[in-house]
Amino acid sequence: MQSLSELVKQAESEISGASELAALDDVRVRFLGKKGVLTDRLKGLSKLSAAERPAAGQEINKAKKALQAALNGRRETLQSEALAVKLHADAVDVTLPGRGAGLGGRHPVSRARVRIEKIFRDAGFGIRTGPEIEDDFHNFTALNIPENHPARAMHDTFYFPGGNLLRTHTSPVQIRAMVKEGVPIRIIAPGRVYRCDSDQTHTPMFHQVEGLVIDRGISFANLKAVLHQFVERYFERKATLRFRASYFPFTEPSAEVDIEWEEGKWMEILGCGMVHPKVLENAGVDPEEFTGYAFGMGIDRLAMLRYGVKDLRTFFENDLRFLRQFN
Amino acid sequence: MKFSEKWLREWVNPDLDSAELAHRLTMIGHEVESVEPQGVGIDAVVVAEVTAVQKHPDADRLSICQVSTGNGSTVEVVCGAPNVTAGMKSPFAPVGTTLPNGLKLGRAKIRGVVSNGMLCSAVELGLGDESDGIIELHAEAPVGQSLSQYLDLPDHSIDLDLTPNRGDCFSVMGIARDVSAMTSTAMKVPFTSSVASSIEYEHPVDLVEPEHCPRFVARVIRNIDLSARSPVWLLERLRRSGLREIHPVVDITNYVMLELGQPLHAYDCARLSGPIRPRLAKSGEKLTLLDGKEVELLANTIVVSDDSGAIGMAGIMGGLSTAVTEKTTDVFFEAAFWPPDHMAGRARQYGLHTDASLRFERGVDPQLQVMAIERATDLLIKISGGEAGPLVDHVQGQFLPVNGSLFLRKKRLKQVLGTAIDADRVEQILNGLGLATEAEKDGWRVQIPSFRFDLDVEDALVEEVARIFGYDEIPEATAVYATPLASASEAEIDLDRVANALVARDYQEIISYSFIDEESNTLFCGEQSELLLSNPISSEMSVMRGSIWPGLLAAASANIARQQERVRFFEIGKTFHGSLDVPVETVRIAGLLVGDLLAEQWGRPAQAADFFDIKSDVVAVLGMAAGESEFGFSVVDHPALQPGQAANILRQDEVIGVIGKLHPDIARKMNLDKGAFLFEIDAEKSLATSIPVAKTISKYPTIRRDIAVVVANDLPAAELISAVEVAASELVTSVRIFDVYRGPGIEAGRKSVALGLILQETSRTLTDDDADAAMAAVVQHLKQEFAAVLRE
Repeated sequence: MQSLSELVKQAESEISGASELAALDDVRVRFLGKKGVLTDRLKGLSKLSAAERPAAGQEINKAKKALQAALNGRRETLQSEALAVKLHADAVDVTLPGRGAGLGGRHPVSRARVRIEKIFRDAGFGIRTGPEIEDDFHNFTALNIPENHPARAMHDTFYFPGGNLLRTHTSPVQIRAMVKEGVPIRIIAPGRVYRCDSDQTHTPMFHQVEGLVIDRGISFANLKAVLHQFVERYFERKATLRFRASYFPFTEPSAEVDIEWEEGKWMEILGCGMVHPKVLENAGVDPEEFTGYAFGMGIDRLAMLRYGVKDLRTFFENDLRFLRQFN
Repeated sequence: MKFSEKWLREWVNPDLDSAELAHRLTMIGHEVESVEPQGVGIDAVVVAEVTAVQKHPDADRLSICQVSTGNGSTVEVVCGAPNVTAGMKSPFAPVGTTLPNGLKLGRAKIRGVVSNGMLCSAVELGLGDESDGIIELHAEAPVGQSLSQYLDLPDHSIDLDLTPNRGDCFSVMGIARDVSAMTSTAMKVPFTSSVASSIEYEHPVDLVEPEHCPRFVARVIRNIDLSARSPVWLLERLRRSGLREIHPVVDITNYVMLELGQPLHAYDCARLSGPIRPRLAKSGEKLTLLDGKEVELLANTIVVSDDSGAIGMAGIMGGLSTAVTEKTTDVFFEAAFWPPDHMAGRARQYGLHTDASLRFERGVDPQLQVMAIERATDLLIKISGGEAGPLVDHVQGQFLPVNGSLFLRKKRLKQVLGTAIDADRVEQILNGLGLATEAEKDGWRVQIPSFRFDLDVEDALVEEVARIFGYDEIPEATAVYATPLASASEAEIDLDRVANALVARDYQEIISYSFIDEESNTLFCGEQSELLLSNPISSEMSVMRGSIWPGLLAAASANIARQQERVRFFEIGKTFHGSLDVPVETVRIAGLLVGDLLAEQWGRPAQAADFFDIKSDVVAVLGMAAGESEFGFSVVDHPALQPGQAANILRQDEVIGVIGKLHPDIARKMNLDKGAFLFEIDAEKSLATSIPVAKTISKYPTIRRDIAVVVANDLPAAELISAVEVAASELVTSVRIFDVYRGPGIEAGRKSVALGLILQETSRTLTDDDADAAMAAVVQHLKQEFAAVLRE
């Protein structure tokens, strides 16, 4: 009969030699199973005298524990080796492209409009819209542009039979909003406008955003401040503006505003002024009590400047290769 | 308004260089479009005389010229100009000169003949945009003199983009007045002309309609000699102001118009018959204009007439029958005041736009006519000789515009500008502009001069003060508002949110034109629109769109043509409906799919997008507003969609949109052979929403039961689902279709639909028995309703 130490030695050698979990389990059964060698030895204790039994039992239990530990250790090793093999087999090429649906994108003009709206909304301006098929009254007469006024010729208006027209600017929304909501009022009105003109810097349809603030004590100084702040927020940089005297029938004083784009190079970005007292009267507002300013800027133009677009017409050609740049 | 800087400086000469002058003009409202240098780089060019011309032996179009360049020297020059003749005087650039266009002249051999310099055209010297030969100088031009000296160069041509309110600035005098105020430099009238009459002759004028012509200043000058050219200084000023030499009478009327702003007209006195009568035209009256075109006059147009009828369109263009020609000896000058109200828009009715109509529409100073006639008479007699008759000022004062006054309050000035301006400065500015002021305690009584037609309200004076004071000098001040928080309705339709959802579903936003071609519009809307533009830019853009689809499809087609294989577009914008009298604008959301569902990728087979892919996008958008049960889809016949793959989108029972596959015939025409899927929904009707009201979520587990039923092929899935919901309404929380099968094992004309039901109780745990009972009820109900057979 093998000595206990030889038995342990043999078992340990078989454990370390087991190369798979199944083989390891065989070893466990042969030594520690119900009919295993060590189990038999424990059963054989009954044949020993009462005096010998405790010491022999201790020896066998010690050997059992040692084998159990060796088994566990080997099992862990084999398991982690097996996992490592499996994981290796599961490895992917992380540089392969992902799958599934992609993301679309917004049109650059919408992107600019959303940004403009946010800047003004944060400053407490409401957002209004108005009809694109307008009547002569709202587009011209109420804005102090009577029939045959030379300013009308500059508007290149699209007409419908019967006298309605496509609005040439977003300014009619001023009138509609003041009449509907009264004053004080603080709004912007973005939207499509139309003029029958088409070349590199003109498309027959383009986008404007109108601004209107009427309250007690509103002045040209306030207009200058709000536009300067807007331009700096929009372009996210310090900006030098110049306010040039100009003429719009619906503002007095009127100004055009240029931004110094590069040193000494000025780009016109908007028109503005103090709302003409006749326009206020046309909307039922007392020009003695209330004053206010209005401005109108081209959203497309602001988008062109912001994103470096050279030709206005590309906005309406809808070439995917162009549009994808603004996602 | 283009003018010579030197001419302006003769009137007012501020201590500013040309660039600074241009900048300041821009800032006060006269936007400078261009400042063109005149006579730069031509220092070496001299006045020369062509003494002999002979044909070049080897070139038909070239001449060999002997050119005298002063100091007795003569050089041989090859010249290609068709107008070169012996005896003419012309500018000559010697060898070694670099011309303004960069051309450096060498001693060149041209077809074998050496050319020792060049006779120059206006273009070559930077003195004009066009030329049909070399410049022909006056016969008396001194040979050998520097051309710059002779022409009084260098100078600048300044071109202003004047605003329509400032008719008074369409003249050197008018601009000088603003420059004077702007720079606090005195303006002076550089001439005094009052020509005494030397003959008694006058031509009768009868102001028969003084409301249409309250002033008509007339003068006859007899026995003029039009053989002499206008002097070089006058022609140079005209040229630098953009006008060409015609003959002295026209040159002078042009000159006076540019200088003073008063358009003049000259008639050949011998061709007038009877008294001059300015009056409204008779409707249908005919008149042949100076340019030879015959027009049929409208009754709102003022004409100048004599016994022969209309002889000129007042303030717009003269008539041919009485025009001055080179043979004219007796001239009748007209300087009239035509009221702007009767001039505005009139020229445009005839497609005309003249230097005269431009000024009269905006308003010409009614006190300017005498000065203009005196100036013109003086110039004409100096150039062409002749004897002046008396100047006759025909005037009906009560019909002239009244020069009113306005009161400018100090308080208003500050209220509008937000800053106070010194009283002294205000007075200085207003006076400098020719506005007399009378100071009172609270402000100024301001006299409006006859040349200003734009100062009609107190705020107009505020603007005058502000623009000369300088907008840049007004400090910025952030307004403080006392307005309460704005209302913000949560139920408001947020189109940007819709747009972002579509972007997240791989759609690219586009913006297409609101007007499209009529044929497409009719095809896609199923009816003709009334909303046709009277003056479309082209037939492709002639009608207001009733659908966004044509725009989406055109953009898709263009992109496919540019080798894009997969296009997913959306646009949110207005469509236009209703009648001309009552147009209706509707905001719509429209989308388009062409090509595969997903972009080409590894590990997944390509799959063409179909009806259900675009449907899921629509349902996702609609889901922002309400639950799926509010919406339905029903088969529809649509002229632009493929039968069998077209549906109305319903909310409750109202049609809110359309979805479907583009009709293959149309797809082929648009080069969309892959086919296209489209949807379009009314934003307001689709997205009207209410604020969510939360329900308690059941904490009890759900049970899922799947069944497959065989039903008729044409049974809509929606009906099957609603039948299931009816049969087990208490317990079913959702029903989904997870398979639809036709083919082997299923008899023809029928299909198998696999349904997954999620069952749940809100107050207790559902048992298998409950679920079995519910499923039995469902199967029984489907059997009754649709003869459905449970598929084992």
